[in-house]
This record gives sequence, C-alpha cells and structure tokens, in this order.
Amino acid sequence: MTDRVPAGTGRLGDRIFGGTAKGAGLLVIAIVTLIAGFLVSQALPALAKDKANFLTSTQWNVDGTPLQFGIANLLWVTVLSSVIAMLIAVPFGVGVALFITQYAPAWLSRTAATLVDLLAAVPSIVYGLWGLQVFGPHMSGIQDFLVTYLGWFPLFSRSGIGAASTILTVGVVLSIMVLPIITALSREVFAQTPVANKDAALALGATRWEMIRTAVLPFGKPGVISASMLGLGRALGETVAVMIILSALADGTAWSWSVFHGGETFASKIANNAAEFDSPQKAGAFLAAGLVLFLLTFVVNSIARIVINRSKAFSE
Amino acid sequence: MKTQSRQRFASITGVALVGVLALSACGSDNNAAAPGNGAANAADCPTGTLNGEGSSAQKNAIEQAISDFQATCSGATINYNPTGSGAGIKQFIAGQVNFAGSDSALKDVAKAGSPSIEQADADKTCGSPAWNLPMVTGPIAVAYNVKGVDKLIMTPSVTAKIFNGVITTWNDPAIAAINPGATLPAEAIKVFFRSDESGTTENFTKYLHAAAAADWAADPAKKWSGKGEGKEKSAGVANAVKSTEGGITYAEWSYAKDNKLGIAQIDNGAGPVELTGEAVGKAVAVATQSGTGNNIKLQLDYATKEAGAYPILLVTYEIVCSKAKDPAKATLVKAFLKSFAAADEQAKLQAIGYAPLPSAVQTKVASAIEALS
Repeated sequence: MTDRVPAGTGRLGDRIFGGTAKGAGLLVIAIVTLIAGFLVSQALPALAKDKANFLTSTQWNVDGTPLQFGIANLLWVTVLSSVIAMLIAVPFGVGVALFITQYAPAWLSRTAATLVDLLAAVPSIVYGLWGLQVFGPHMSGIQDFLVTYLGWFPLFSRSGIGAASTILTVGVVLSIMVLPIITALSREVFAQTPVANKDAALALGATRWEMIRTAVLPFGKPGVISASMLGLGRALGETVAVMIILSALADGTAWSWSVFHGGETFASKIANNAAEFDSPQKAGAFLAAGLVLFLLTFVVNSIARIVINRSKAFSE
Repeated sequence: MKTQSRQRFASITGVALVGVLALSACGSDNNAAAPGNGAANAADCPTGTLNGEGSSAQKNAIEQAISDFQATCSGATINYNPTGSGAGIKQFIAGQVNFAGSDSALKDVAKAGSPSIEQADADKTCGSPAWNLPMVTGPIAVAYNVKGVDKLIMTPSVTAKIFNGVITTWNDPAIAAINPGATLPAEAIKVFFRSDESGTTENFTKYLHAAAAADWAADPAKKWSGKGEGKEKSAGVANAVKSTEGGITYAEWSYAKDNKLGIAQIDNGAGPVELTGEAVGKAVAVATQSGTGNNIKLQLDYATKEAGAYPILLVTYEIVCSKAKDPAKATLVKAFLKSFAAADEQAKLQAIGYAPLPSAVQTKVASAIEALS
C-alpha cells in the first residue's frame, strides 16, 4: 500500500498538504503584521501629541492636555524584573533538565518532569496571590541583609516599598513561572545528545560532570538559548502576577535604580488601566507602550536567533 | 480578561461565604428576598434580558439587587459586567448595553483631549435624553492598621497631609493634637493608593480638594496624585493595609469592614463623625441637584459642616435612556430599577457596605423611574 501509491494521487496530497502548510505559515505572518499595524496606527496619533520625550520621560499624564508620557520607568522595571527572573531561572532550569536527563533514575525522572511541567499549568493569578501573600513577606530578610550591607550599590539602595511588593520579589516569582518552559525544552534537547558523543567522552576517562560539560552542554546550547528566549518572552509579557505583586509608584516619585523599588511593567500598566481607556489619545498612549514591548520582544528574539545560528555553525 | 477572572474568583469566594452565612442562619437568599417584592405582579415582572456594564464600586450592591429581582421575577435575566465606569459609559454610548453604572454622572462638558461630550453622545444614542439616576451611595473609609489605636479622628487637613506625604509618622504632633488620649506609635505611615484609575480615587481627592484646599493642591482625578505605594483595585489596597503595620488607605466601606481595618472618624469642623449609613445619608441629603428634571445629577458638598454627616462618599448612578428604543427593554429596565430603588432593597445594602439613599432622594429617583418609558 505504502510503496505502490500512484504518483498522481500523491501529488494531489502533496499539493493539499503543501498549500495548507504554506497557508498556516502565511497566516501567522499576517496576524503578526496586522497586530503590529494595529499598534502603530493606534499609537502614532498619541505619540505625535506627546509633549514629553517618549523614551526618556518618567511622566505619565494621558488624561488631559498637554499629553506627557514616557516609558523610561516601564522599560526599566520590565527589563530589570525579567533579567532577575532569567538570572535565576536559566541556571536552575538547566540544572533541573540535566538532573532529569543525566542523573535521575528513570522512574524519578518521569515523575520530576511531570511535576515541573505542572508548574506551567498554574494560572498566573495564583502565582500573583501566592507571591504577594505567602512568598513575598519572606523576602524581607534578604532585603534587609542586602540593603544593610550592599546599600551603597545603586541596585540595592533602600526604598520605602514593602518587601512583598518589590521588583526583586516579582523577578523571583517570574523565575518560577518561566522555569517549566526552560526546563521542558532543555530536557528535550539534552535527551537528544548522541549516545556516541557521551560514550566517547566517558571512554576517554571523563567523569559524569566532564561528560556533560564536553558532550551534552555544547550539543544542547542552541536549544537552551531558544528555551531561555521563550521564557524571557513570557517574563517580559507577564501581566496579572506582576500587577498583583508589584507596588505602583505615585507620580513624581524620585527615580531609583534599586531592585527594592516598585513600579509597573508595560503589560501590568496596560492591563491595570484598560478599563478606563475613555479617549482615543489615552488608549493610544498605552498602546504606544504596548508597541515598545512588542518591539522589545521582537529584538530579543532576533538576537537569540542570531546567537543560535552562530553556535549551530560552530557545533556542526 | 484576566482581571475579570480575578473578580470572578473574588465573587466565587463571596458567594461561598454568603452560602455559609445563609446556612448558619437557617435561611436562604430567596426566602429573604421574597417578602420585599410581595406586591409583584405580571406588570412589575416582565421577562427578557438586560445587559449593564460599568462601575465596580457598585458591583456588590447591584449583584444583590439582581439576585433579589430575579428571585421574584424568574423570567428576567440581568447581566452586569463590572468593568469600570469609563468602560460602562463607553459601551452605553456605543449602544452595546441597556444601562451603564457609573461613579460619576455623565459629563456636560468635553473632556480635555476628547472632542465629545458624554451627555450629548448618550442622548444621541438613546434618541432621547439619557438620565442619571443615583442608586447606590458608597462611603469611602479612611482605613488604617495601627496596633493599639482603635479610634482615630482625622480632619481634612491632616488627612490631606498624610496622603501627600507631609506627615510621615503616626506620632506626628498634628495627629496627636486631634486625638487626645490615643497612644500613637513612632512608626512610619505607609500610604497605599489605587494604582488603577478609579472613581474611588476621584471622589476621595474631590473630598480632599474641597475640604482641605490649602493642603491638597492637585485637581481631583481618577489617577492618584498623592504619595505612597500603588496597589491594584480595592481588594489590593485593603489587603496591603491589612498586612502592613502602619498602613493607611482609602477604600470602599465594605473592603475596610471585611478586612477588619480601623476606620477613621472624620471631623469636618462639626465634631468627629463615625462612618454609618445614617451619617452618609445626611451628607447625600444636603447635596444639591445639578441635572434638570428627572436627570438627577447630585452635587455633593464634600466640605459640609452639617452635624453628623460623613462627607467622604461616592454616589453611583445607573444611566438609562428616558425613552428606550425597544419598549420591551424599557419595561424591564423600569421594573428592575424600581425594585433596586425600593426602600427595603436599599435598606438591605447597608449590610454589604453601602449606605441607603436618604428618603428625599429616594422619592425623586422613584418618580424619575416612573417617568421612564
């Protein structure tokens, strides 16, 4: 049956399948383009009326005239919380994936993998409430320590925000949220490491850690990078959990580099105010912020793609 | 969408709580609701579906009113989506909903940056004047969490100074002077505000601006103009104060009560007034009316020195078309609002943190509802 299918029917199937695949691909491109177009068309009129510097201003006056809004605060908080999340989640996620694929016995690795995947099934609102009410208060010890001994460093300077509601707390909660993404993908990649490579390393007298370092990690590097980028995308765009945990700042609060400060991310600011978009210029201002987030994610992903292609070229 | 699911989560917990209470009291909501609408007949009980959207400040009140109304009129379905006053008005003007709930009446002047006038737009959508009917009064509590301080008296000036960061510790002489006998700790005051734009913020800053103009210069707005830490929605600020020693915020009465926070007594100049339904009614009773005829827009006097009147409150309106395009919807709107505005329904609202309309306003609203067609 499989071998003797006439070429003619096969071609029809080919055409249908090829057409569908092409259609799906084009549809995705079309959707992304349309979203970008929507954001730009909504944002431009507001941006044109913006009397403050959109990139460097920390003001956000979008109710009246003159319109003054800038994204400096939003950008800083978004990037800082995501960077904290990645600093914790990437090493931790890779470690978990290595344990599951290289160290754990079969029965344990299956259970552990399922449990880590379960983390991804927890709704972000639950992470938010948990972060604020259960986990957050425990951050006060770390905060007191860092502020007391490293307070001279701008990132750890003192601020008046409660320990449960700081950028650092958000970063840590975000790291837990992106952990399953990074772990699951890294696990898949590490499991694909050619047995020949691993055996060769072990045969040359490598310890298990040396085998992982010389065989598994180089092979899995592009995969880990794309996994991290997916996780970063989630961290940058996370809305509800950030909105619940992070304390917003009043207008005119002095700028601080501290991870113990409050603020809002792009996504949380838009979500928090979406109910009151009562004029096109106001909606436009928020969508302009959304556009920056869109571009930020786009740039991050492009850089990741370049890095992946480079490291592939080296490892092949 | 996600915000909605949060609200839904909150209302599910609420429903569960109500259920427990109802069980322990050996009764049910339905039993409690029935006698109030005993006179209901076919004319008062039309069938059909109404969709409303808007203010989240009146969410609990309108949900109570809806469940009571539907218990009496099983053929009627009323949906209320508490997405916020701005969203409600927008949907009403777009003709998407039959009525809107709002923390402030439709504005007669164009907002800065927007060419349209809300009242005129709504009139145009309706094809008849759109009416603002005050329905629920929501007192705003100045809620605090200070160990050992059960009773706290605040004047407008001290309140303003606390919320704009001029007074920063609880044992400040200005607070001590108006609270003789209270032992105020030497700890920092942690101010929490609503990070989302909210009618509660607008009404609270309206109060500060009117009653303490010298200490609160910023124009009242939905966006917070003082100092402090921002938390999302009423639940967020109430929760933050609950878990923070030295915290203070402004929130709807029900949130302050549910979280067992201290509620400050307000002294506008005629002595400290405790927050009670009656004290709020007094403040609404001295409000002047700025709309014409049956379009009842109340102009609250936040600086009122009326004895025993609690001045910090918001009035939420139901915004309806005076002549609905669809007669079936009109009768349903009329029947529902009638049951909502009825004295016994209003009295019930106090248990869930709202204040009933004073009888003078109740009469006016009732006659406006009669005039709907």
